[in-house]
Amino acid sequence: MAKFNLNVNGKNFQLDIAAQTPLLWVLRDHLKLVGTKYGCGIAQCGACTIHLDGVAMRSCSLPVEAVGDKAITTIEGLSEKGEHSIQRAWLEHDVPQCGYCQAGQIMTAAALLKDNPNPSDSDIDQAMNGNICRCGTYTRIKAAIKSAAKMEK
Amino acid sequence: MALIKTTYNRRSFLKSSAIAGGGMMLGFSWFASCKPIDDNTELLMPDEWFDFNSYLKIGDNGLITIFSPNPEFGQNVKTSMPMILAEELDVDWKNVLVEQAPYSPEQFPGAPFGQFTGGSRGIMMKWKPLRIAGASAKQMLKAAAAQTWQVAVDEITTESGVLHHEASKKSIGYGEMASLAAQMAIPEEVKLKEPKDYKIIGHSKKNVDGLAIVTGKPLFGLDYQKEGMLIAMAVHPPAFGMTLEAINNTEEIKAMPGIKDVFPIKTYKDAYKKGYFDTNAFPEIIAVVGNSTWEVLKAKKAVKAKWKSIEGSTNTIDRFGRDISVHTPAGLENTTDHNTQMETLMAKPMKVVRRDGDPEGAFKKAAKIIERTYSAPYLAHNCMEPMNFFADVKKDKAHVAGPLQGPGLIEPTLAASLDIPEENIETEMTRMGGGFGRRAYSHYMVEAALISQKVNAPIKLMYTREDDMTNGIYRPTYRAIYRAALDESNNLLALHVKAGGVPESPLFANRFPAGSVDNYLAEEFAIDSNITTGAFRAPRSNFMAGAEQSFLDEIAEETGKDPIEFRLELLKRAKENPVGKENDYDPERYAGVLELVREKSNWGQNDANLHRGVSAYFCHNSYAAHVLDLTIEKGKPVVQKVTCAIDCGIVINPDAAANMAEGGIVDGIGNAFYGEMTFKDGVPQKNNFHQYRMIRMSEAPKKIDVHFVQNEIDPTGLGEPPFPPIFAAVANAMYKASGKRQYHQPFIREEKILG
Ligand code: FES
Ligand code: FES
Repeated sequence: MAKFNLNVNGKNFQLDIAAQTPLLWVLRDHLKLVGTKYGCGIAQCGACTIHLDGVAMRSCSLPVEAVGDKAITTIEGLSEKGEHSIQRAWLEHDVPQCGYCQAGQIMTAAALLKDNPNPSDSDIDQAMNGNICRCGTYTRIKAAIKSAAKMEK
Repeated sequence: MALIKTTYNRRSFLKSSAIAGGGMMLGFSWFASCKPIDDNTELLMPDEWFDFNSYLKIGDNGLITIFSPNPEFGQNVKTSMPMILAEELDVDWKNVLVEQAPYSPEQFPGAPFGQFTGGSRGIMMKWKPLRIAGASAKQMLKAAAAQTWQVAVDEITTESGVLHHEASKKSIGYGEMASLAAQMAIPEEVKLKEPKDYKIIGHSKKNVDGLAIVTGKPLFGLDYQKEGMLIAMAVHPPAFGMTLEAINNTEEIKAMPGIKDVFPIKTYKDAYKKGYFDTNAFPEIIAVVGNSTWEVLKAKKAVKAKWKSIEGSTNTIDRFGRDISVHTPAGLENTTDHNTQMETLMAKPMKVVRRDGDPEGAFKKAAKIIERTYSAPYLAHNCMEPMNFFADVKKDKAHVAGPLQGPGLIEPTLAASLDIPEENIETEMTRMGGGFGRRAYSHYMVEAALISQKVNAPIKLMYTREDDMTNGIYRPTYRAIYRAALDESNNLLALHVKAGGVPESPLFANRFPAGSVDNYLAEEFAIDSNITTGAFRAPRSNFMAGAEQSFLDEIAEETGKDPIEFRLELLKRAKENPVGKENDYDPERYAGVLELVREKSNWGQNDANLHRGVSAYFCHNSYAAHVLDLTIEKGKPVVQKVTCAIDCGIVINPDAAANMAEGGIVDGIGNAFYGEMTFKDGVPQKNNFHQYRMIRMSEAPKKIDVHFVQNEIDPTGLGEPPFPPIFAAVANAMYKASGKRQYHQPFIREEKILG
C-alpha cells in the first residue's frame, strides 16, 4: 500500500492503495466515479479513456503511481451538465445506442478537438480508431465530432 | 377510430401496485426519472402521483411517469415504448418522465416473455398493451371530467394533456383531474387513434437516457454500488469439455490482500430440470470475493485448480412446457474437426425439411448445374459491458440488479438455486451495455446470487473481458451448399439447399426463395457439441441470408440478369403463383424494399470505381434490403456508402430506428470482414480485443442512408432484420471489386490484398 494525492475533476483526493492499481479501478471502486468504463483492461477498446493534463489516456493501463501530480479529468468532470460542445453534439445527433462505450468516445473526441479544432475525416478516424463501439454508432460519432467542431468556431 | 377491447390486457391493470405506486422506486438515484432532454420547460415534481395502471401514473401537476416494461440494451425501447403510450394518452412529450420498470410478471404478464428484450419482438408485442394503457387512462380522465362537469363523456375532447368541453368552454389539465380519474372504472373498451392522427409516433424523440449517458451517470449493471458491497469474480474451466475437480490453493488465495473468500459454486441444484435458456457450459466455477476489483482480479489470476474432463450426458430440458432431449458429448473439440465433420455430413443423406415438385428430376435434365459451398465461424457476442450482476441475498429474500434480456427466463432457475420463492426476489433491470442475444442466458445472475448467499453480503460479480469472451454462448458455426439447375435458356429449374451446423442447422424451410421455384429441396443436419451456443442477433438468419443472397447474385450473373431484377422476378412468381402453401414471407413487401433501395441508391447509375453489392432478406417479420458501395484503397476494401430500405410497418421513433439500422449494418460489416472465434482442444483461441478483431471507426461505412417503407401496418421487428442481409451485400460488392466470390466468413482474415 502507498499514499497518493490525486487531483480528479478539480478536487483533491487522498488514497492509501496498492501502487500498481490501475487508475480505472481507483476511479470506479474508490472514488465511486463510475462514468469511466471497463471494456478490455488491456488498452484495446478505449472505454476507460480519461484525460491526464488534457491528454487522452487509457485508465485501465495506467497504474495510479504513474499519475503523479497530473490533473485527471473524467467524463463526470468534462462538464457537469453536459454543456461541453462534444456532449451537446452527441445529444443533437442522438449518438448512443447502448451507451456503454460513449464516455470513452466522448473523452477521446474532446481531446482530439482540443488539439485539432478542425479535424478532417481521416484525422477523426485516426484519433477514434482506438475506441470500439460494439453497437456501431461510428457514423454518428463522426458527424457529432464535426458538429462540435463547428460549434466551437 | 378503432374500438378495441381492453380485456386482453386485464391482468396487467392492477391498481395501486408496487410499481405504479412508486413504492419500490429503487434506492438508486439514477433510476429516478429521466427528463426527455429536448425540452427546457421543466415542470416541478408533483406533490402527489395517481396510479392508473402498470405502465402509468399521473402527477397532480400534469406530469406523467411512464414505466418502460422491457429491458433496454441500446434498441431504444425505453424511449419508443413510452412514446406509444403517450400518443394514446394524448399528452405533451415534454411532460413525460420515463422510468425502467423492474421485473414484475403480475404487472407485465406473458411470462416468460412478458418483459423480454430479444427476437426483435419488443415493440411488436407491446404495441397493443401500451396503446390500451394510454387510451384507458385517457378514457378515465374523460369520465372524471364528465362527472365533474355533469356532461356526457363523449362530449369531452383532449389535447396535449388538457380535457375540454366545447359547449360549455370548460377546460382542465390531466393533473387536476388525476385524483378523481384514477378512481374511475377501467373502461371495458377503448378507442385507439388512427395512424394519420399520430403526433408522437413517427416523430423522432431523443433518447430519454441521452443526457445521463453523455455525462457518465451510473446506468449500467457494472455501475451498481451498495454500501458494504463486495466484489466477486469467477474462474471457469480453461476449456469447453472440462469441469472443476478441486481448488489447489484456497489458503494462499484467502491470504492475499483484500480477499475475503474463495470457494466453488454449483449454479444448479442437483436434478434441476433446466429451461431452454439455462445454457451454461460451466455449471461449477470458482468464486473469488474481496474488497476491490483490482485485489480480486489479482487473486483470480493466482487461483490454481485441478480440472477434469466432463462426461457425456443426455439431459431433458423444459422448452416452455415441452420436454426436449439435449445430448452433450464429452471431449475437447476443435474447429478443424468441426469443419471436417460438417464436410463429411454434407455428402450424406440428411433430413429433408421441404420438397416442392421434382427437384431430383429437374437436376437430372438440367443443362447447367451451379453448386457453391458457404461457411461461417463461431462468433462471440462481445457486448461492450461484460457480463455482471449485483446480488444481495438474505435468508429468505433476495435483491438482484443487473443487465439481462429475459428476467422471466432466469427467475425460476434463480429461485430454485437459492431455494427462495420467486415472490421474495426483487429484480431490477439496469441499462445493458449491449446484449445481442448473449444476455438472454443469464447464468451469471444466478452465480452472483449464490456467491452473495454464501458470503452473506451484497456482492457484484464481474466477468473480465477474457471471462466474457471465453465463457460464451456463441453464435454456432454453420455450413451450407446451394445448388441451382438451369436449362439451356438459363431458366431456373430447381434449387437445392443443404445446410447444417454445430450444434444446430441454420435452415428455415419456408423462407424465400422457397415458394418462387417449382422444384425445391431443403435438407439439414446438426452435430452435437459441448461448446455452448445461443441466440446472436438474428439467429440462423445471420448466416443463411449471406449464403442465399450471395448465391442468388451468382445465379443472376450466370443468367445474365440484373441482380435486383432477378430477385424481383422470383418474388413476382412467389406472389402470383406461389409454390407450396407454407411460405413465411410476403412477396410484395419483400419486393417493396428491393424497389425502394433500387430507387434510393440510384442503382444502375454505375461509377467505374464504385463496386456495388445488393442483398435483401426477410426475418423477424420485417424486410430489409441494402446496396453497399465499395472502393479499393491501398488494396483494402473501403465501404463508402450503404443505402438501406426497411419495411417494419409503422416506425415509432424514426431517428432512433435509423440509428439501430445503422448499428446493424456496421455490426454486419464488421462480422463479415473480421468476426471469428475458433477452438483448439476446447479452448477458445481469442480472449480479448487484441486477438478478436472488431470493426473500428476507419472501417465503418462513410455514409449510411436508411429509408423506411411508409405504411400503416402494425410495427414489427427492427433490431435484427437489417443485420443478416448486409453479409451478402459485402460479399457481392467485394466480388465486383476483386472478381473473386467470397464463400467463407470472415472475408478478411489477415490484411490480405484485394483488387
Ligand atoms: S478498458 Fe481500457 S482500453 Fe479497454
Ligand atoms: S453505444 Fe453500445 S458500445 Fe457504443
